[in-house]
Amino acid sequence: MISAFTTVAVVIAGAAAVVAVVLGLAGRKPSDLTLAGPAVVELLLLAQLVIAIVAPFSGNPPTGNPVEFWAYLISALIIPPAAIFWALTERTRWSVVVVGVACFAVAVMFVRMQIIWTVQGA
Amino acid sequence: MTETKPARPKTSGAGRTLIVFYFIMTIAALARSIFEIVSHFDVAPLAYVLSLFSGVVYLIATIALITPGRPAFRIAQVAITIELIGVLVVGTLSVVDLALFPFEGDRSTVWAYYGLEYLLIPLALPILGLLFLRSQRQVFAREA
Repeated sequence: MISAFTTVAVVIAGAAAVVAVVLGLAGRKPSDLTLAGPAVVELLLLAQLVIAIVAPFSGNPPTGNPVEFWAYLISALIIPPAAIFWALTERTRWSVVVVGVACFAVAVMFVRMQIIWTVQGA
Repeated sequence: MTETKPARPKTSGAGRTLIVFYFIMTIAALARSIFEIVSHFDVAPLAYVLSLFSGVVYLIATIALITPGRPAFRIAQVAITIELIGVLVVGTLSVVDLALFPFEGDRSTVWAYYGLEYLLIPLALPILGLLFLRSQRQVFAREA
């Protein structure tokens, strides 16, 4: 696992979460702007997926539990599309807040994934 | 189905955000407890069973919040009340006896320290949930 990538991903996902919650509470409805955040977060998760597949073959295997790691990654991959889909079914400001909450959950899961991958002697 | 529909469905507006939090806590608590029970149940059986219980309560509350109608309203009320009592009792026990649910060695549980591991969301959620249901009750009463 690449810790620098995790840091970048957590910062971007966290920023996307704050932007969406603020825009939502300010009364903005779902739009290209408010849904760009979760779209970027989903791209980061796809990059994480590629890293998780490639890393063990390039001398960077997980020292933690791989089952737990993959459970987190697969769950996280589902969250942004679900939030975007739900935002499109109801175009209110609360849907934008929901998108923010989803981005925040993914940010937390990025941190957990890094911890699980690099844990010592679990 | 001859139920009277509330003016605004519960899955709309601010209630939608609440349901998302409940859904996330359901997934987090169930996934965590099932993983812990399957992989190393003997390390801290009480903590893991409590986590599983909290996950089941969150699941029931999530489904009841989404489902329209008076029975679901009642179920949501009961589930969220149990949730509030659970997080207060387990949280208080964990603070009174720090050796009960230590973070070290994966021996903690979802409601330990009032849900500190989950940014205290487990403490705020049942209070917001009961307040939300109170506001919904007026909607139901007006429709009846």
